[in-house]
Amino acid sequence: MSSSYAITAVLLVSIATLAIGAYGWRFSRTTSDFFVASRSVRPALNASAIGGEYLSAASFLGVAGLVLAFGTDMLWYPVGWTAGYLMLLVLVAAPLRRSGAYTLPDFAEDRLESLAVRRLSSLLVVGIGWLYLMPQFQGAGLSLGTVAGTEPWVGGLLVGAVVLVNVFFGGMRSITLVQAFQYWLKLTALLVPVMFLLVVWTGDGATSPADAGTMTAGMTGDVWASPLASASDHALYTTYSIIVATFLGTMGLPHVVVRFYTNPDGRAARRTTLVVLGLLGIFYILPPVYGALGRLYAPELIASGRTDTVVLELPALMVGGLGGDLLSALTTAGAFAAFLSTSSGLTIAVAGVVSQDVMGRRFRGVRSFQAAAVVAVVVPLLLAIAADGVGVARAVGLAFAVAASTFCPLLVLGIWWRKLTDAGAIAGLLVGGGLSGLAVVDTLLQRAHEGWTAALLTQPAAWTVPAAFLTMVVVSLATPRRLPANVSRTMVRLHTPEAVQLDRGPQPL
Amino acid sequence: MSPDSGPRRVRVTSPRTSAGRPRRVTVTSEIDAQTRIGEIYMASLLRAQLRLAGLAIATVGVLVAGLPFFFWLFPGLTRVHVLGMPLPWVLLGFAVYPFFLVVGWVYVRAAERNEHDFADVVERS
Repeated sequence: MSSSYAITAVLLVSIATLAIGAYGWRFSRTTSDFFVASRSVRPALNASAIGGEYLSAASFLGVAGLVLAFGTDMLWYPVGWTAGYLMLLVLVAAPLRRSGAYTLPDFAEDRLESLAVRRLSSLLVVGIGWLYLMPQFQGAGLSLGTVAGTEPWVGGLLVGAVVLVNVFFGGMRSITLVQAFQYWLKLTALLVPVMFLLVVWTGDGATSPADAGTMTAGMTGDVWASPLASASDHALYTTYSIIVATFLGTMGLPHVVVRFYTNPDGRAARRTTLVVLGLLGIFYILPPVYGALGRLYAPELIASGRTDTVVLELPALMVGGLGGDLLSALTTAGAFAAFLSTSSGLTIAVAGVVSQDVMGRRFRGVRSFQAAAVVAVVVPLLLAIAADGVGVARAVGLAFAVAASTFCPLLVLGIWWRKLTDAGAIAGLLVGGGLSGLAVVDTLLQRAHEGWTAALLTQPAAWTVPAAFLTMVVVSLATPRRLPANVSRTMVRLHTPEAVQLDRGPQPL
Repeated sequence: MSPDSGPRRVRVTSPRTSAGRPRRVTVTSEIDAQTRIGEIYMASLLRAQLRLAGLAIATVGVLVAGLPFFFWLFPGLTRVHVLGMPLPWVLLGFAVYPFFLVVGWVYVRAAERNEHDFADVVERS
């Protein structure tokens, strides 16, 4: 396809992102603006921003690629990423906002009154954030390489630079506007081309991609359409491990959680989450359609292992001519919006933690936040260049597994179980983080395994999450004397509606 | 008016004031003081919200997370076609999303009702 349209599209998205960010810079004055947009974002805008931030390279490119390559069981990824928001809604949304803390480590320290838990949480936030940023930069390199033939590191560098400029000058205030814009851009970038593609497909006789006769890369249509067949030898275990990681991992992702502090109150936090559920549902219907049509029109992508680019290439392959090039340019623009928005959110979250817990003493306020943002972007950028053999969806999947094995139990038990102690939390975080971290290291080193070892290490959540929960409960019960002194006051603050006048203890900001 | 002009005003009070009037004890003050009764009110709110969350999770757990197990138990289901598409596709590709939204909507309404009831009880007393 002609690359000039796609390059123009990428540049336009980058410029629009900077322009909208610049509009937000004018409002960013205080530290509170930088970290939480002064807690004044309304549900409709905030929900678009959350949607924009959450739909990453894995959602925009990865899902279609996985569906194209492996079939129906990969639909569990988008389903789980949406269900993760439902779990977040019912288990943590309102109490987390009412806790009044800035970041996950703030929550941990506030609830458990222990500096050690805070430090460990900070470490995990930075680790998960970097693990999730790395594939965003890799995806950007892959996409720009596909449409413009550049080296893999160019795309990552471009995304890193744009994100850094925005975060540097506007913090959360300007990022909120940018991300809300990017949700709608991403939706348009998939919705408009898919209509043309469906018209072409109907015109060609509407062959079902699931037809038994449709054979691609040695996989017949009915194997592809079976929900328990293709990706692994241990399909039932793998499927349930994906379900556990995605359903429970969402609430533990640092960039998702940090967004909740921008809601005005707990009730707004719930309503925002409900709108997000709707927005995600609308979006996630689209990528699998690209994957399914790709089976009919772009089977050569499977053979060459470039399934992640199906969203970018399919419009040009199916429509052809100038129209196809323009539609492909539109999906490329959407992909860059995905890299930019998710990277921005992650950078904010990681920078917030780094500036508070590492740099706090040397720099002050906004300065410290800006210095931390540089660190937050540069490290995963280098990682992305070093480890370019790990697939986009794979690395994101591992970030979810680590989040589900560490922050999910910490949040759920911390909010709903008053007997959680600091010792229990530390033990649980170490067990969950250690076991899932083992799988991460194994993947980054790109070792090959067989049979059950492979299944357990590629999808660790199904055993590491229960292990983390169990450890937290058992150790907490064994150390009842370490109950935090103000646990009752904290529980009151987490759960009572704002309308009731109560002593909630000192409010942080 | 200078302080020494005229007789000094004398306030006449009952000696009983120093004993204090019986004050109305509100539930909010009970919760603030972390008394036994305050804890009971808090525990009941917590239990109501947790039961609600459990109900929502169980609904999703059985009807959505149960799907792979159903497909594994009844492999014939995967060959059923609805609207020209395989059943797993219809369920996982399209139908789950409105379902999640409905569960979320019902949950938000019920959670806000729990909080409203709690606020009523606490502030009425």
